[in-house]
Amino acid sequence: MCVTCGCSEGAEVTLDYLGTKEDPAEHRHVLADGTVISHTHDHAEAHAHHHHTQTDNASVHAQTHRTTLTLEQSLLAKNDQLAAQNRDWFQEQEILGLNLVSSPGSGKTTLLTRTIRDLQAQIPISVIEGDQATSNDAQRIRETGCNVVQINTGTGCHLEAAMIQKGLDELAPAPRSMVMIENVGNLVCPALFDLGEQAKVVILSVTEGEDKPMKYPHMFRASQVMILNKIDLLPYVEFDRDRCVEYALKVNPKLIIFQVSATTGEGLEDWYGWLKNTMRSLFKSYGPIF
Amino acid sequence: MHELGITENIIEIALKHAQGKNINRITLEIGQLSAILPDSIAFCFDACRLGTMLENTVLEIIEIPGLARCHRCGTEFAIAEPFGICECGSMDLAFIQGQELQIKELELEELCV
Repeated sequence: MCVTCGCSEGAEVTLDYLGTKEDPAEHRHVLADGTVISHTHDHAEAHAHHHHTQTDNASVHAQTHRTTLTLEQSLLAKNDQLAAQNRDWFQEQEILGLNLVSSPGSGKTTLLTRTIRDLQAQIPISVIEGDQATSNDAQRIRETGCNVVQINTGTGCHLEAAMIQKGLDELAPAPRSMVMIENVGNLVCPALFDLGEQAKVVILSVTEGEDKPMKYPHMFRASQVMILNKIDLLPYVEFDRDRCVEYALKVNPKLIIFQVSATTGEGLEDWYGWLKNTMRSLFKSYGPIF
Repeated sequence: MHELGITENIIEIALKHAQGKNINRITLEIGQLSAILPDSIAFCFDACRLGTMLENTVLEIIEIPGLARCHRCGTEFAIAEPFGICECGSMDLAFIQGQELQIKELELEELCV
């Protein structure tokens, strides 16, 4: 049913609606400042709503009373509240929590297993693995000897803060460690849902289009770090990495970019350096970590 | 699935605040830069309200246009995507309008006693 990313069974129906349905009940008004107001209701309701002070039947007003309740409540408030609890917990436990996001097939799990193997002697790492189905990725992570919890979202296309709260309960990560949350492969929906992480890390590979940062600006805007993966394949693919970096910085001028190959290990030292520096700066009052 | 989940949140919040009163209208504010499609919310709302007290509720969606302010020169300008470039050449922008995603108000109806 996700209209934006089309990632569940109802997607075709929904796309059909966007392309062809003309709803006679839809009203749209464009105000002078560009604000668009639309209503979805039938005409009888529309008139009652727009003009009820002039046109309502007097007997109706004699019996009913209308009040307007101003809420101004964020539609993501519940998730944001749980995410804030997760963030506080990470901070108390001196845990660096990262939310890894990408499209499917960017090499996220390979990057993760390599990072764990290279760093686990220095710092404990545990993983929350999110996928719609299967525990294949969790198995790959477990082979590194690391603590991992698999969350299957079913038809859901992203992880939410409540799932992370449960995942952390089960995972019970050690204080002064790192928790890597591997989100569902999707560059759209996870951008909206704060999990309580200290940073989002978006992973893109050179086998994808170099214009992905422009096509999925919300995700690249929401991330603090971008990892351009599979650079060992650059000689074999048509991918302009300078242009990719240019696009990414256009969308998010503050983005920190690492160019790596999780297979050959090229460029990974810079990524590890960032992880260590981030832990040091987050928890500096507690003395040296590495 | 995120519009569907968000629509379920809308219904939950509305029913909680209505405290059993009839809800005539729900007014949402959705910013142009919020990554949410108003049409999708309207579509999901029609599906989700079946069997609830909201079957006759009007869903009003106010789409707020994007507005950016340049960090370098302070110029404010309209923007339709969550990135852009100021006429001074800077891409370091703050979005000061267009990221809204909220229930603005509910219009409730109750019988006068």
